Amino acid sequence: MNDHTHKQFDNEMEAIRSGVLSMGGLAETQLSRAITLLEAEENSALLDLVGADEQLINQMQIDMDQQCSQIIAKRQPAAIDLRMILTVTKIVNDLERIGDETKKIAYKATETSGHHRLAQMRAFDVARSAERARNMLQLSLDAFARLDAMAAAQVIDLDEELDAAFSATMRQLISYMMEDPRTITSALEIVFIAKSVERIGDHAKNIAEAVVQLVKGKDVRHATAEQIRAEVAEE
Amino acid sequence: MNTETTLLTRPTASVASMPLSPPKMTAKDLNFFYGKFQGLKDINLEIAEKRVTAFIGPSGCGKSTLLRTLNRMYSLYPGQRATGVIHFNGQNILDSGVDLNMLRAKVGMVFQRPTPFPMSIYDNIAFGVRLYENLGQREMDERVEWALSKAAMWDEAKDKLKQNGMALSGGQQQRLCIARAVSVKPEVLLLDEPTSALDPISTAKIEELISELKVDYTIAIVTHNMQQAARVSDFTAYMYLGELIEFGETDQIFLKPKRKETEDYITGRFG
Repeated sequence: MNDHTHKQFDNEMEAIRSGVLSMGGLAETQLSRAITLLEAEENSALLDLVGADEQLINQMQIDMDQQCSQIIAKRQPAAIDLRMILTVTKIVNDLERIGDETKKIAYKATETSGHHRLAQMRAFDVARSAERARNMLQLSLDAFARLDAMAAAQVIDLDEELDAAFSATMRQLISYMMEDPRTITSALEIVFIAKSVERIGDHAKNIAEAVVQLVKGKDVRHATAEQIRAEVAEE
Repeated sequence: MNTETTLLTRPTASVASMPLSPPKMTAKDLNFFYGKFQGLKDINLEIAEKRVTAFIGPSGCGKSTLLRTLNRMYSLYPGQRATGVIHFNGQNILDSGVDLNMLRAKVGMVFQRPTPFPMSIYDNIAFGVRLYENLGQREMDERVEWALSKAAMWDEAKDKLKQNGMALSGGQQQRLCIARAVSVKPEVLLLDEPTSALDPISTAKIEELISELKVDYTIAIVTHNMQQAARVSDFTAYMYLGELIEFGETDQIFLKPKRKETEDYITGRFG
């Protein structure tokens, strides 16, 4: 893409673009920390870091939205610039939600350390799903950075796998709870964690869909994975 | 029922919601020459009836030239000629036998700078009408009121019809010129940067007027203000160096143009 005649406009657009990437990088780091908490025993220093990350992400959301509003007010952006700004505001919202879910995961993780079998499940099955969600987030941000609709469509496929893993986890947890009602409290905590992981996957998918719209100019929200693949394959 | 399909195709839904409109004017293989210099190259374009079509592009791209071919305004100047075809009401208006006065009554034009005649507001309108029609005093009064109403000028002008048109503000003068163009009941209105000499409020009034006029008239507008094209037009043509680069629905052009050249221009990346 060529430069704008107004160089300052280029700088402003680059600022929101790199802003998304650093906000996304922070969300990834935060999620990695939460995954460590899922896998390991209590670590209050790490938990504090996850809380601080969330605060920082919230602040970035406000800053980014303000920058986008200012560009709209000053530049009357059109076409690719307009699509970029709309995409950025959407992605920023999803990243903020990911920050919230990650914080929930971290705090719940420290509350479920009692029961052995459930702790195993948390440390392996749920942590693996969380790693998948983190991977989806990373891929969706890469797709944004490279304006790669094809890569974005792959993230959308991955979300189906993550949803399937979530259903499997739920079935397993329900079995535990029916088998031994004393596990209900701990199992419910893991249900909440698994649900948060599943939601992070959905937000990563939203980001990927926003990237497809940015690149292709077509709104693919609520479309099936096949339709999105077909859309991305065009041209 | 597959709801996903309808959602996927939603961005083009505006086409369906806008009733299809037959072309009012059609240019085919239109070339235009200023002496040896070729100002337009193989233009093929349809101007939809009762819609607003905007021509955008950098200075010298041929957008005003194209507009000036649509009522043969160029024929006033020796050395300027057009080849190809422009269909209008079943006739090729580029044919030598065309009655240019009748053509320009049917295809009216408003220019960049307001050009009221140095006469009263009333006579500014009546002057043009008298060239084409023989109306009695009452009919003429009605026509003047009708034209001024069409141009959203009646309320401001009704108490000072005898006042000189040159004494009006720039925005009022431009609306008077639109009233004058409308007074002979044209079918097409050509607007050549009609607001470039006006302040923002007068500009907004003219833009509002354009949306009202398109109920009855086919409008083609040349504008340097891209946001204006986005606001007022249904179709946009992007021109560069005498060529028509992209032509399509305004909603599509300003959100996701097909050609990179168009995207560069409307996002201000033009070098």
